Amino acid sequence: MRRPPLLGRRTLRGPQPIAFLYLLPAFAFFVAFALVPLVQTVLLSFHEWNGITDRTYVGLENYKQVFTDPAIREALQHSIVLIIFYSVLPITLALMIVGLMVRVRVRGLAWFRAVLFMPTILPLTVVAVAWRWIYAPTGPLNKALDSVGLDVISRAWLGDFTFALPSLGLVGTWVTFGLIFVLFGAGVQKIPTSLYEAARIDGAGAIREFFAVTLPALRREVTVALVLTVTAALRNFDVVFVTTRGGPGTTTEVPSVFIYRAVFQTRSVGLGAAIGVVLMLELLLVNLFVLWYRRRGEDGT
Amino acid sequence: MIENKTEGRVIHGILVVASVIAIYPLLSIVLLSLNPPGERVTGFTIPKSISFENFATAWDRGGFGPALTSSAIVAFTVVTVSVVFSTLAAYAFSELRFPFKNATFFVLLAGLMLPYEALIIPLFFGFRDLGLIDSRWALILPQIGFSVSFGTFWMRAAFESQTGSLVEAAKIDGANSWAVLWRVLFPIVRPATLSLSALLFLFAWNDFLLALVLVPQNESAQTAPLALSFFAGQRRGADPSVIAAAALIVALPVLVMYVILQRRFTQGMTAGAEKG
Repeated sequence: MRRPPLLGRRTLRGPQPIAFLYLLPAFAFFVAFALVPLVQTVLLSFHEWNGITDRTYVGLENYKQVFTDPAIREALQHSIVLIIFYSVLPITLALMIVGLMVRVRVRGLAWFRAVLFMPTILPLTVVAVAWRWIYAPTGPLNKALDSVGLDVISRAWLGDFTFALPSLGLVGTWVTFGLIFVLFGAGVQKIPTSLYEAARIDGAGAIREFFAVTLPALRREVTVALVLTVTAALRNFDVVFVTTRGGPGTTTEVPSVFIYRAVFQTRSVGLGAAIGVVLMLELLLVNLFVLWYRRRGEDGT
Repeated sequence: MIENKTEGRVIHGILVVASVIAIYPLLSIVLLSLNPPGERVTGFTIPKSISFENFATAWDRGGFGPALTSSAIVAFTVVTVSVVFSTLAAYAFSELRFPFKNATFFVLLAGLMLPYEALIIPLFFGFRDLGLIDSRWALILPQIGFSVSFGTFWMRAAFESQTGSLVEAAKIDGANSWAVLWRVLFPIVRPATLSLSALLFLFAWNDFLLALVLVPQNESAQTAPLALSFFAGQRRGADPSVIAAAALIVALPVLVMYVILQRRFTQGMTAGAEKG
């Protein structure tokens, strides 16, 4: 709840210059290490540079390449595919489970929450190493498939041209699900039971109850989950880099790995910067959309 | 709530399955790492005999002692400095009056959307020109810059949720803004500060991209996740049990912290979501 600032000096209404000192340290670092690099990245995107010799101004050339080069477009497409795994899938699953959960009392919920949340906190390199083992040709997944007679399916998952990307996608689902579940779980606890009673009196079954009461009440949590997970999907670097590096071929290429390679291996710094700017614009769009969606919801209710 | 036996069992079953899936990968590498060295392991097998030798091998060969130390130094520094700076800035936003307050807050908040992946490019070349590549400063300084957005947002929300009576009383007693902040407000919001510290520590510890780009060669400054990626990337035929042990070494501090502070993490994240 907002209340007016309580401190005043001599004047009761005037601005307080000392605020500048309080803001300075945080802003100094923010400007130096976030805003200035932001501007520099944008500027770099309009140049061609190998990192050592002079820069050449090339206008929108890099951006043209971003939108026409099939390799880059493929990377961008892959990041959209990953959104399905990082966002859509776990959010849907979590909504279904939480929707069921409101109807019953779950014993040991705190324990479940603790276990399910755990994947979210692990360093992604650890996640990558663990899943690399699971997907290995002699790893647990194939062994499990063999043991139930499905050995036609077993393969080198991360080396398979069709299945490498979905396999990595599922790793993302594994990582984000716990966070979403805890988020929604906390959200439904706030729903007053009177709403459910009213719905039941009206004769609503489980499904109508979900769409009439649970889902609208979780609007805020869903938007937060969307922002966090879509951001993670678009920015995804660690897992891809440690497992497949974009391979096999280019089937798991993602923008962040492409940027890394462009800047540090092929030495097209300007191109990398341009992809980075496109990435930032995508994230901006996502955030704006979510903001709009939430405003709409708040006005509606 | 109506107690429905079947639905209760179904939900319970689903949660059990989900929990198994959540734990399974970690459990796999635990079992893998406990095998005696050189054992050809396939699939999900309980080791016939338990041996910790893979951990010793991983520790020595992967240089995880310096790596863990580095991670700890970087994370503690980032957290301490970020929390202090965020508290100061949040105090200004919440308690003091100054022009363009909303605009400046908005700009700071925009920092939450910025991806490292794009910003590392100028950061790398900037640090290179300053000769700071391969030093811990290259990791500490940008992460403070990135953390203050979230930190200020968090602490401001914490301050604003406090009622004014204690602050009023301090003001009547003649306290200046500095005293009010550190003697009155800051102690009251300790839970929020602890949650923030835990989250920032987690983000700093788990960072990989910054370390990969900015500390590419100096092994004594490299952080644990980076050391793990190098170790796991070497020699395609390397023993997966040793790599599994290395991964666990890197995961252990975070897991320990999670077990101790678990409530704080889950509460922290959901509280943050409410504010967002």
